[in-house]
Amino acid sequence: MEHVIHLTVNGTPISGRVRSDRRLVDFLREDLELTGTKEGCGEGECGACTILMNGVAVNSCLVLAVEADGSEILTVEGLARGGELDPLQKEFAEKGAVQCGYCTPGMLMSAKALLSRHPSPTEEQVREAIAGNLCRCTGYKKIVEAILAAGGRGRA
Amino acid sequence: MRVIGRPVVRLDALDKVTGAAKYVGDMKFPGVLHAAILRSNCSHGRIKHIDTKDALELPGVHAVVTGEKYQKPTGLYLKDRTLFAVDKVRYYGEPVAGVVAETPELAKEAVRLIRVEYEQLPPVYDPLSALADGAPLLHENLGNYEWAPVFFPKPGTNISNHFKLRKGDVKQGFAESHIIHEETYCVPHIYHSPLETHVAVGYADNGGRLTVWSSCQSPFAVRKFLSTALDIPLSKIRVITGYVGGGFGGKAGATIEGLVAPLALAVPGRHVKLVYTREEDFVGAYVRQGLVARLKTGVGKDGRIRAQQCELYWDAGAYTEYGANIVRAAGYTSAGPYDIPNLWTDSYCVYTNHPSGGPMRGFGMPELHWALELQMDTLADKLGMDPVEFRLLNCLKDGGVTATGEVVYGVGLTECIKTVAERIGWGDKKEGVGKGIAIMCKAPAMPTNASSSACLKFNEDGSVTLMTSAAEIGQGAMTALAQIAAEELSLPIEAISVSCPDTAITPYEWQTVASRITFSAGNAVVLAAQDAKRQIFQNASYILGDHEMELVDGQVRVKGRPDLSVPLESVVMGAFLPDGSAKGGPVFGRGTFTPEGLINLDPETGQSPRPVAFWTFGAQGAEVSADPETGKITVHRLVAAFDVGRVINPVTLEGQVEGGLVQGLGSALFEEMVFGEDGQVLNNSFVDYKIPTSMDVPAIETYFVEVAQQDGPWGARGVGELPMVPTAPAIACALKRATGTLHRKLPLVRHGRD
Ligand code: FES
Ligand code: FES
Repeated sequence: MEHVIHLTVNGTPISGRVRSDRRLVDFLREDLELTGTKEGCGEGECGACTILMNGVAVNSCLVLAVEADGSEILTVEGLARGGELDPLQKEFAEKGAVQCGYCTPGMLMSAKALLSRHPSPTEEQVREAIAGNLCRCTGYKKIVEAILAAGGRGRA
Repeated sequence: MRVIGRPVVRLDALDKVTGAAKYVGDMKFPGVLHAAILRSNCSHGRIKHIDTKDALELPGVHAVVTGEKYQKPTGLYLKDRTLFAVDKVRYYGEPVAGVVAETPELAKEAVRLIRVEYEQLPPVYDPLSALADGAPLLHENLGNYEWAPVFFPKPGTNISNHFKLRKGDVKQGFAESHIIHEETYCVPHIYHSPLETHVAVGYADNGGRLTVWSSCQSPFAVRKFLSTALDIPLSKIRVITGYVGGGFGGKAGATIEGLVAPLALAVPGRHVKLVYTREEDFVGAYVRQGLVARLKTGVGKDGRIRAQQCELYWDAGAYTEYGANIVRAAGYTSAGPYDIPNLWTDSYCVYTNHPSGGPMRGFGMPELHWALELQMDTLADKLGMDPVEFRLLNCLKDGGVTATGEVVYGVGLTECIKTVAERIGWGDKKEGVGKGIAIMCKAPAMPTNASSSACLKFNEDGSVTLMTSAAEIGQGAMTALAQIAAEELSLPIEAISVSCPDTAITPYEWQTVASRITFSAGNAVVLAAQDAKRQIFQNASYILGDHEMELVDGQVRVKGRPDLSVPLESVVMGAFLPDGSAKGGPVFGRGTFTPEGLINLDPETGQSPRPVAFWTFGAQGAEVSADPETGKITVHRLVAAFDVGRVINPVTLEGQVEGGLVQGLGSALFEEMVFGEDGQVLNNSFVDYKIPTSMDVPAIETYFVEVAQQDGPWGARGVGELPMVPTAPAIACALKRATGTLHRKLPLVRHGRD
């Protein structure tokens, strides 16, 4: 069955027709061509598909597009505002928190959710916030440092 | 030094933090069709019948392909596999058929409609059983396969390569020994776990040309593989790579491309996309081989190692086209970073009914060093010698001799060991905490003629496009190579842009593997820059006259005459003279690099004065404790020091080493592929196959020693794989000091409780 959904994606109101079993990650990546959001497992185990739904970090592979009806979605493409990178994006680039980059969009979104709850989190809070985001490249050290720095806590 | 050695921000960082970076799975293709693969549900069986009728009749299905059409054996070093199973399947999960359909769901449904009848054959799941008399044979036709002459298969057995090394006189060496220690060590299969699974798109046009977009490390190796397997000339195949979402060796050689290409050929004019599910990714490419290692080592009263006998039995899986070379590399490195005068090594590549073994970060070295380093630590204990002292005494130094008889120079290992010992506070006791150290060496294992090339194409404004076919798999190749180009050309890093590999456009690169890109492609970039400078100076000479020139800060200057100069951008398109005439032309630098003078190992003794392009050495320390009640192991600290020759970019280097340490930590503590009795992988998800998360990571410190590699670009040598190598033994040695027990089987969380 098809449904019509209305939602806000990265600040823009969007309407779309989706089948009941369409996953939000596919709706974003295929219908809206927002391919910044990645899929690494499709089962809620890796966090590569993390986006913000009404300000909360969720795995978009576990959410159906119809469930997102009426919600406000933020993806990695919506992090930069008016050509200005989000402080998290800047710190990820500068601190070397990015290697292959496949986990990066999901990491950024989990970090964004954390900073909106705790603008200046502790290292422990950072580690916990990204515990569901696997990264096979970096060993997490520089990712943690980047998030701390974006929260104003990093080493200079 | 303006750019080299500086923490330049990665060239791909902006793309990657904004979501703009395109991976193959992100690329859009008009009217794309989707593929799915039927994999065997039996680990050893003769295929009696494949019925594809129902699948083909399903509306929306465009094609079904089986092994019938592509029977030619193929492979990188040893041609022992086919694209889809032919006659037999040899592991649980082997591709038997592929389907092309309108949607991914339809393709999967069609796969379920294919029926395969197998005659079950007895399987064999460990290398020692596979070598026993009367063991089931996996490859009855081994003798008819083709292989590169540096491999030694034994037709009629399950041995696809027997590497031998004979150096000195081990009998004599053991006779001179004061203590002899014999022990067996085991390493399980592990899985690379890149966050991006394998993905490829194929397109065959009606003129017989084939294009493959693939998330791969080695587009040229893929092209060659496809050309041989499909009988299509190289000139009609094009392989394109975008950003790669992690490789670690699993995307080296050719894997998924061998499935998507025949499917695309079945539906000319349509794009066909194949994305591995996570579950499929566990068995769909390569896994790290298992190992059973038996070591016998003798040391004299003075603590010097006199002799070592080494038997390595590799659980290499069903196909060893690539794995055969890992077995060889471990064989010729079997003395590790030690100077051992008498050696006797047999390294066996053994077929089993496990998924195909292949390259994974370290290429046999983590497995080998697991055995070696635990052995050395035990010997130090038996001698009553400090483990750091023991290693300092026996390790390779300038003028030392490797297992193959090569004399090495420029070895910074002693400094690495001392750095780690100092930083980890060796000798300072902490209650309940054990400290361990492990050392290592590694060389790129590659054909003696493995080459790289680079082109530098100047734009009208003096900026440059650097073209190589080094894949950007996260290691930072793009940035390191751009830094080398910028330094050579005295340009700011912003002036250099780097393209992703496309075999139709970017110049030849053997493979992005073996920690060799900075060294090999880096050298090609240096040569390309020198070639470009020759052309720039030539163009400038039409204006400034014949002088010795230099390129500094975007100015071409006559040496010693700062008043005689022209801006670079005025001569990159040629020289324009006052009378309006033009001379010279656009600058286009080219450079190629092949390590010269590499000599094959002697087939009987494994000796060669120069078998490899370079050696990299390093040391690691770990601080570990175990809860006396629960046995829970905690790694508190990891400290690493590697001799990288020259740091090109401190931030990307540190990041790569940190990532490698954490991958090593995973393999030490919990990573292990668990197989069922039928040969099926039981833990093929990130819930059951645990890799380290942000909560598992200890404090990490990395240090770099810089003893220049004489023939490396700016003195650099490779390091990417290294941190994976000594991590597990360093942790095990530390655990031993914390608890008094040495565990010889990985992973420690499971076997640490045995
Ligand atoms: S793709 Fe959604 S959690 Fe892995
Ligand atoms: S940067 Fe590659 S997975 Fe995190």
